[in-house]
Amino acid sequence: MKRQQFDHISLPYLLIAPQLAIIMIFFVWPAAQAIYQSFMLEDPFGLASQFVGFDNFREVVSSDHYATSAVFTLVFSALVAFLSMAIALLLAVKADGIIHGQSAYKIMLTWVYAVAPAVAGMIGTFLFDRSIGSLNHLLNATGWPFNPQLDVFDASFTVILVSVWKQVSVNFIYFLAGLQSIPRAVREAALIDCRNGFRRFWTVTLPLLAPTGFFVLVINITYAFFDTFGVIDTMTRGAPGGGTATLVYKVYQDGFLGADLGGSSAQSVILMILVLALTVVQFRVLEKRIHY
Amino acid sequence: MKNVKPLDHLILMLGVLFLLLPIWIAFASSTHRPETLLGEGLQFWFGDYFWETYSAVLLDNSGFTEQVNALLMLENSLVLGLGFSVGKIIISTLAAYAIVYFRFPAGSFFFWIIFSSLLLPLEVRIIPSYKVVSDLGMLNSYTGLILPLIASATATFFFRQFYKSVPEEILEAARIDGAGPFRFFVDILLPLSRTMIAAIFIIMFVVGWNQYLWPILMTTDESYFTVVMGIKQILNDLEGNRIPQYNKALALSILALLPPVLVVVVFQRWFVKGLVESEK
Repeated sequence: MKRQQFDHISLPYLLIAPQLAIIMIFFVWPAAQAIYQSFMLEDPFGLASQFVGFDNFREVVSSDHYATSAVFTLVFSALVAFLSMAIALLLAVKADGIIHGQSAYKIMLTWVYAVAPAVAGMIGTFLFDRSIGSLNHLLNATGWPFNPQLDVFDASFTVILVSVWKQVSVNFIYFLAGLQSIPRAVREAALIDCRNGFRRFWTVTLPLLAPTGFFVLVINITYAFFDTFGVIDTMTRGAPGGGTATLVYKVYQDGFLGADLGGSSAQSVILMILVLALTVVQFRVLEKRIHY
Repeated sequence: MKNVKPLDHLILMLGVLFLLLPIWIAFASSTHRPETLLGEGLQFWFGDYFWETYSAVLLDNSGFTEQVNALLMLENSLVLGLGFSVGKIIISTLAAYAIVYFRFPAGSFFFWIIFSSLLLPLEVRIIPSYKVVSDLGMLNSYTGLILPLIASATATFFFRQFYKSVPEEILEAARIDGAGPFRFFVDILLPLSRTMIAAIFIIMFVVGWNQYLWPILMTTDESYFTVVMGIKQILNDLEGNRIPQYNKALALSILALLPPVLVVVVFQRWFVKGLVESEK
């Protein structure tokens, strides 16, 4: 906070009121409702509900579908985060190293940031379409009996590819900014001390890039959990057999399409706890963040 | 410092190609007839039906559903994108100003309530949020579409960080010159935040335009469909047609991604600055 501040009795409340009102109505109240609903069981007509303790949670946690979805979410997030970060880092290092045409590459590599996940998923759907998709034919020609409608592995492959495609740009922006914030003197010293470019990258650049890398990792996990909803909804809708439904997609499927209010709310609450845990970890690491 | 390295350029060009190719194929294919696509698959080069496809998508009502065309959906997306970004900027500049520049008893308590909204994305509380909006009678309205999305406090945090970085001396000087809280905000703080506001505006416009889940829940009335969610409707429609209108579906995807991509390309410097600054 500032040392110098205004003293005014009503003005600050007036200024903060719009934000606070919206948050209370559209955030605090619904979040509280989700927690409340997770302990209740509603009858099929939605007329009455009764307190059932942790029954909803027990049911969710012991369900096979939920376990499938949890495993898929884990594998999916790990692969999407790893692949999109690896590709983006490679591109950022190369773009940082060249002098001519850097700004052109920057534009050509960042525009995908603006494409909606749902639109990316839609275009991906057509690329992998059975009757018109070129990628489908290409994969079949290599001897892979590619069929995302029936095969969970193939379906996962398509959603992961599209999700990675969509995320490379954002990661590229952060990595390039991180690389360019490494002081010139450090780079030049490293260049003199270590002629081997590959070793220089591992021993000097990468450690200096660690804080950015951690931040990008958090962003990517959040992206894989929440923002890929559009990709999954347009490409697979969780099919085949719920094999490509992330935990977030399942909240929507069970609660909105399946009308299982208690179960869906319990899933929401589990996700809330997950996100909270992630945030705590994030703050812990950020506190220890080393400044060079 | 370094020489031209062909291998580096090759890797970068492969990256560019990886990102561009899907959109290129989609665009090229959208200019062909659906019969061509069905017979020969997606196309890598342009056909002769650009105007035919795009004017049909933009103007014909009967193409997908009975009441909407892409022009109307683009309009709705524009309203959502602008409403979301402008609303967010107004609300968050004010709230951040109160938090940083005023001493008031409930200040830090409010700050933590606002902060907590960052923790839980809309996706984990969709059903209760839907109920609230429905109880307020805001389904199928722009207000119901925009207001709940503004609830997350990302921009508030950004402005709070920025205000905290503004030197103390500026407020001191303004006070000596007799500026009150209102004058200080309008004449000094807002002009100082100009580039920050522009950066946030661009990012939030793109985020607002690209919303998918919330519009799907909020709108059953087709006249409120946004272009990004309209895509889902088209996917459903495709299955009904005898000759699936792949060209039109692809054209709509191109129309849905073009405005935000143009904004990001044209204002690249600001938007990159906004993204990178918000990391701190």
